Amino acid sequence: MRGDFKKLSEIKLGESAVIESFTDDTMKLKLLEMGCLPGEVVTVTRFAPFGDPMAIAVADSMLSLRMSEAANVLVSVRS
Amino acid sequence: MIKRLKVSLVGNPNSGKSTLFNRLTGLNQKIANFPGVTVEKKTGSMTIGSSDGSDYHIDITDLPGTYSLYPKTLEEQIPFQVLCDPTNESHPDVTVIIADGTNLKRSLFLCSQIVDLKSPAILVVNMMDQVTKSGVEINFIRLSKELGIPVIPMNARDGDGIDFLKNAIISNISVPENDFIDTALFAPEVVQSIRQSVKLNSNYVAFQIANNIDQISFFNDRQERRAQIKEILNRYGFDHSIMQASETLKRYEVISLLVKQVLKAKNAIPSKEKTFTRKLDNLLMHRFWGYFIFLAILFVIFQAVFAWAAWPMEMVDQAFTWMSIKVHDAIPEGVFNDLLVEGILAGLGGVVIFIPQIVLLFTFIAILEDTGYMARVSFMMDKLLRRFGLNGRSVIPLISGVACAVPAILSARTIASWKERLITILVTPLMSCSARLPVYALLISLVVPDHKYLGVIGLQGLVLFALYLIGFIAAMGSALLMKFIVKAKERSYFIMEIPVYRMPRWKNIGYTIVEKVRVFIFEAGKVIVAISVVLWVLSSSGPGAAFKDVKSQLETADPADTELQNHLAAEKLRLSYAGITGRAIEPIIEPLGFDWKIGIALITSFAAREVFVGTMSTIYSVGGSDEDIATVREKMMAEKNDKTGLPQYNLAVGWSLMLFYAFAMQCMSTMAVVRRETGSWKWPLIQFAFMGVLAYISSFIIYRILS
Repeated sequence: MRGDFKKLSEIKLGESAVIESFTDDTMKLKLLEMGCLPGEVVTVTRFAPFGDPMAIAVADSMLSLRMSEAANVLVSVRS
Repeated sequence: MIKRLKVSLVGNPNSGKSTLFNRLTGLNQKIANFPGVTVEKKTGSMTIGSSDGSDYHIDITDLPGTYSLYPKTLEEQIPFQVLCDPTNESHPDVTVIIADGTNLKRSLFLCSQIVDLKSPAILVVNMMDQVTKSGVEINFIRLSKELGIPVIPMNARDGDGIDFLKNAIISNISVPENDFIDTALFAPEVVQSIRQSVKLNSNYVAFQIANNIDQISFFNDRQERRAQIKEILNRYGFDHSIMQASETLKRYEVISLLVKQVLKAKNAIPSKEKTFTRKLDNLLMHRFWGYFIFLAILFVIFQAVFAWAAWPMEMVDQAFTWMSIKVHDAIPEGVFNDLLVEGILAGLGGVVIFIPQIVLLFTFIAILEDTGYMARVSFMMDKLLRRFGLNGRSVIPLISGVACAVPAILSARTIASWKERLITILVTPLMSCSARLPVYALLISLVVPDHKYLGVIGLQGLVLFALYLIGFIAAMGSALLMKFIVKAKERSYFIMEIPVYRMPRWKNIGYTIVEKVRVFIFEAGKVIVAISVVLWVLSSSGPGAAFKDVKSQLETADPADTELQNHLAAEKLRLSYAGITGRAIEPIIEPLGFDWKIGIALITSFAAREVFVGTMSTIYSVGGSDEDIATVREKMMAEKNDKTGLPQYNLAVGWSLMLFYAFAMQCMSTMAVVRRETGSWKWPLIQFAFMGVLAYISSFIIYRILS
């Protein structure tokens, strides 16, 4: 069963979700080549002190992205 | 017999590419810019002796780190151009791909793209020590067979595997036989039509051309070909973002299967590096301690550039003074002697004096970069600086700018986005640098009374602090303004990898420092020497008999009579070209409260702001270069305005001058460095004009208000 679709930027600290799709084409390509593929599990590991940007753990590496960028990534949370 | 080979190194950022490059080339390397862009081009060479007795001379180009062959930033353009365009001057005979063994999947993505270009390539799997430690085994034979290229395990830090790589490079490797994925399947007609139109190695090159038709330099001389291909793309409705996404997904699909076959996690231990990194990040990226520690680090850097650099700079200064005296005495008196001593030697001294600051600043920056801390700084500062059009990494140039804009601007290279880098470069000189300090000190002591509030807070100190603050506010304000004016050449991303912490590689740091110093001396240095000579000509020669007369009087004057000497020196400067220019610009600077004497100082202090003090001493006949500030001060205090008869240096003129020095681009060395870092005279000239206008308007306003 698939859970709710959310934006990656809405995921709370320490929570994990599965990448489903992207809403911005250029951003999509950048994220894909860095290993953020649909089906991969992302975990939100950290927020910068002012709440933006965020750091995520995905496929063996830690990436940072701005909240505005994370809003272009749709994820599903499995309950 | 010597055979030559061209090799390119390519890999993801943080894959150990620079370490490998340094291993291979040692100090036989140089940095320049790639033609037309300000992206660093590191090239180097090495010689490999083969068993058949012939030597190979290898030219290696270290390409900027990239995750794929699709160019999204200026830096990523380069690997794409070099590898996809066989006519590019750096196009390699052999491509060496460096993969991070601890993140094989992502590394193989770029690797698989290069395999599909169908030119000789070698895959180096780096960081094997960590791979082994984490209990993972890689089947290299299988990996090599599936990719169709030689694969070499390596630990570049210790040099394990280097000899295998050298042998592989000269072993005349063949092009990979099979496509990793056949991109023709995504757009068969387009790929086929392009291959019919141009002679190409592989379907993938054709596919890349289709995707990047506007970027690829391949057709720059053959625009009609480009138009022809665009026509093909239109005909088949080729959508490059769909195509690239399909390619990426397909590649990862095949790679996932491949990784499953070649990777064996025997008894997977959670990597020590990752656990350590997480713990350290809890401290270093803490919402309070993180900033506290960063502030402490900045403070140490600032101390280093400001205070520790002072004594080697003093030594450089003394060495050049000593040399000037030696040279002056060794060569017969005359124009040539003066040119050598006061023009060229002074200019060279003005270049070498920056080296201590550059070395110190880059030691720190290289350590912060190499350990992975800089990525955290970027992360923590991004939100604060983004709204000003700056980048998290702009903090280092801005803070260093308080010591000196020259090393500060060189350090802006670590900012990946061109627009953010440019804005940082443009506003950094507004930060109050140490060369302004003598000017401020003189003027403050002249016009600000030595009041003490509450017994401890001095008014003079407050004014000095205010001047630093004004510089900072001007820098941030200008950044905000430029954010809206400067056009971005590319979209700005923040998406980046936060690498695990690693021990700094001291050798890499050493190379970075040597490179930075080399670049500064040879690229900015020659401009500085040239301008120094021009300024010398302006202030040491003049038209007409009057100048000649004073000059000869000065030469024959009794050396013991310092008063006469000083008087003649002042007269000589007044009659020189610099003096004439100073008087000529008087009408322009009069609204600011400046007279022609200040005008002369404005011109000569373009060499460096602190020259203001020296020029003032010459004009006021204090003499010598080791003048006593107090004496200049007295003379300037006694100076009366020709028209009003009131003291020339009143509060209004003092503030007007201080603001002028706070804002105006009175520094040829900075301009030379900006030219080098932005690739043309366009930006330093815009910067000069912008800062000049800002200085003029602020000085005008403050002068009107206060007088």
